[in-house]
Amino acid sequence: MKVFDLAIIGGGLAGCSTALHARKKGASVILLERGRCGGQASGVNYGGVRQQGRHPAELPLARRSRGIWGNLYALVGCDCEFIATGHLKLARNDGDMVDLVAHQAIAADHGITIELFDRADLRRRFPYIGDRFYGASLCAEDGQANPRLAAPAFARAARQLGAQVQEECPVEHAVLSPFGFEIHVTGQDTPIRAHRLVNTAGAWGANVAGWFGDSVREEVMAPNMCVTEPIAPLIGPNLGICGGGIYIRQASGHGSIIFGSGVGTADRDALRARPLAAVTMDAAKAAIDMVPALANVLVVRSWTGIEGRMSDNLPVVGPSPTVPNLYHAFGFSGHGFQLGPAVGAVLAELAIDGGSPTCLAGLSMTRFAGVPDPAATSPPANKVQPKGKGNDTDEK
Amino acid sequence: MRDEPPIVVVGAGPAGVSAARTLVGAGHRPILVDEGMFPGGQVFRRPPSPLQQSDEKLYGFDARRARRLHDEFAALLPSIVYHAETMVWAVESNLLHLARGDKTTCQPWKRLILATGAMDRIVPTNGWTAPGVVTLGAAQIALKAQASIIGKSVIFLGSGPLLYLVAYQYARAGARVVAVLEAGRPFQRFSDLPALASGGATFARGVFYIAWLKAHGVPIKTGIEPLEILHGSDGRTNGLRYRRKGQGRETILSCDALAIGYGLKSETQLADLLGVDFHFDPQQRQWLPTTDLDGRSCVDGVYLAGDGVSIRGNQIAAIAGELAALALLSDMNGSEAPQAGSLRREISRARRFRRALDSVFAFPTDQLKTLPDEALICRCEGLTAGAVRDVVGLSGESDINRVKAFSRLGMGRCQGRVCGPAAAELIAAAASTDILHVGRLRGQAPLKPIALATLAGGRDEGI
Repeated sequence: MKVFDLAIIGGGLAGCSTALHARKKGASVILLERGRCGGQASGVNYGGVRQQGRHPAELPLARRSRGIWGNLYALVGCDCEFIATGHLKLARNDGDMVDLVAHQAIAADHGITIELFDRADLRRRFPYIGDRFYGASLCAEDGQANPRLAAPAFARAARQLGAQVQEECPVEHAVLSPFGFEIHVTGQDTPIRAHRLVNTAGAWGANVAGWFGDSVREEVMAPNMCVTEPIAPLIGPNLGICGGGIYIRQASGHGSIIFGSGVGTADRDALRARPLAAVTMDAAKAAIDMVPALANVLVVRSWTGIEGRMSDNLPVVGPSPTVPNLYHAFGFSGHGFQLGPAVGAVLAELAIDGGSPTCLAGLSMTRFAGVPDPAATSPPANKVQPKGKGNDTDEK
Repeated sequence: MRDEPPIVVVGAGPAGVSAARTLVGAGHRPILVDEGMFPGGQVFRRPPSPLQQSDEKLYGFDARRARRLHDEFAALLPSIVYHAETMVWAVESNLLHLARGDKTTCQPWKRLILATGAMDRIVPTNGWTAPGVVTLGAAQIALKAQASIIGKSVIFLGSGPLLYLVAYQYARAGARVVAVLEAGRPFQRFSDLPALASGGATFARGVFYIAWLKAHGVPIKTGIEPLEILHGSDGRTNGLRYRRKGQGRETILSCDALAIGYGLKSETQLADLLGVDFHFDPQQRQWLPTTDLDGRSCVDGVYLAGDGVSIRGNQIAAIAGELAALALLSDMNGSEAPQAGSLRREISRARRFRRALDSVFAFPTDQLKTLPDEALICRCEGLTAGAVRDVVGLSGESDINRVKAFSRLGMGRCQGRVCGPAAAELIAAAASTDILHVGRLRGQAPLKPIALATLAGGRDEGI
């Protein structure tokens, strides 16, 4: 009877990265994906690779992920079109500038350099930005990548190292048995068995967690995004705005402008998500406001995808509070693309080595009411209560 | 009837106008939305008044039908709400999003008849993006709407009845038709003749065009494999290199313009966005919205008619438009119109002729197998046939949406409307799989490119 060292449910970027990193540690790995790897949120997101503006609880993961993004070619044989275009966050008023200064200090603690611009600097350095903005902060090492390539590249690399990556393979149920985890897959009589289980099931992650009594509420969101025809190089860094809202980048090398704000509709059970025309129209207006030169550029497509969202807009990442050898990483709330590579590295370390050097404080499922917290009696090191402030929800 | 839930007809070609007429006849006041400047669709397109010509000159044998459509429309106009030059850029379960000029507006709908027509189907040939190369449809637009021709000496390349019609129209308009080069071998099998003859007047007209062209010394060659569209130092096309299929000897013809078309492709994005079921039609070799004979789709309140459902030409389109409107009325009122039966029989009768046409002018799948690697397949994204074959080979993927994700195929301005059919054939050949497994590109709003400023302009109450 074959028992894998590690089984992974969900072939998004986090799951595929887990498979690759665990396989590199020599573990026997099986990944089960209902559709195609990267077919959901990992493959249809905005493509921002951003540390700036993240909640402090995410920064250690974001920092580690940035290191992986910069070395993708060596890791997966493809750079996934990653390029450090920088990320520029615009302030609308004095209050926003205060937030940017505060975030600069927090980011510096994590080794992230952020440069501040006042109004005059902003005009000079980024003359294409609408003139209503008050200032900005730039994280030069942030950037962008092509989401359609990333998860499949990790899956391919994992497969080449001998991981079993099974696509079109929906998991119906999983239970803990005397033989470890038993995973029941559609169309197969015998369950797949593994000593450890990683749940990277995205918007369906809470459902998988629920099979083991780890009960938490996960909503869905469908970021409404648009892309234009290619135009000559115009925008350097990816653009965001304090407090969230419109985000814009120009695809490096290709020239199309990708922008979004607001959400479309998503039906998690029907696997169906649609952008909304009214949201697209509002986004177009906000995009012109941010970069007036976009007014006459043609939008060629709008789209969205099904993304899991937690009530505090932070993902669940870490060991199950109740079941040994079970690890969760889902509900990325729009942040999963940048974080994905590091999440996989960390989950592989937790599952195979029993620990990770990357701090996950504040991301455990135990932060939610009703979830038992076995660490409650120990010092509350991992109980940082996240706050929404300064955390862009929709810019990956 | 003032407060009745809105019935909207999209498209003012033969199907849309006929549907609107039927609805008006039943006492309704439909809203008719059309991209064209004037009603008539592609087939009965009218020039702006300074360029007006006689119907006989514009439409030839179809002049009477064209005049009837335009007269009918003029009579209908007081009884309908008509939005010309208006694009549907998005559709939701009860709302159409319209754009005219640089303004947008919303149109609520309760029942919808989609008569969205068709566009040229393209098979890329090496060099096909050179200036001076246009589709057959565009060559006709130049004639009908702009009173001009695409060149002085023109080659007509492709397959299908339209090839001979447009060549004839160009010769009559004073162009030198260098040659008509047909990829199929339509007149090879005598066994096709009875079915073709069942087309009656339509078949007779086709025979007339061919006879006329031959009588006027225009070479008509069949079984052609185009190899390369040539161009001069200015980049403009100046000729074509081709051979007869299965023969080694190549021929070069000079021209200053080239019109290409391999039949028509249904415009189906609206049906796709509405969630209508699709099926692969092996006869027309394309994915088509699924309806019953009357044009009812699986989506409540959504009906389809005309070449947007299946390529059957303008006469059947007009019948289908009436039938779809009758189906809508019968679903509303619960009683079937007496004339529906005879309309269904007319559509069924035309099937034999259409099947024969689709069979003698079959889509040239071989051309995609032999298309050189350096030929562009997706011109919006600058993708060559070789690049697509590489992605198929390296990834092992044959699903067109997966190939799209990896290569940007069909992600540009046309969103696959131009390159889609040929790309699907190319992928099927490269992956050695049936085209059914390649699937179809999924549609997304906007249906056609639209400026940010137009979207940002908000509602315009004036439309």
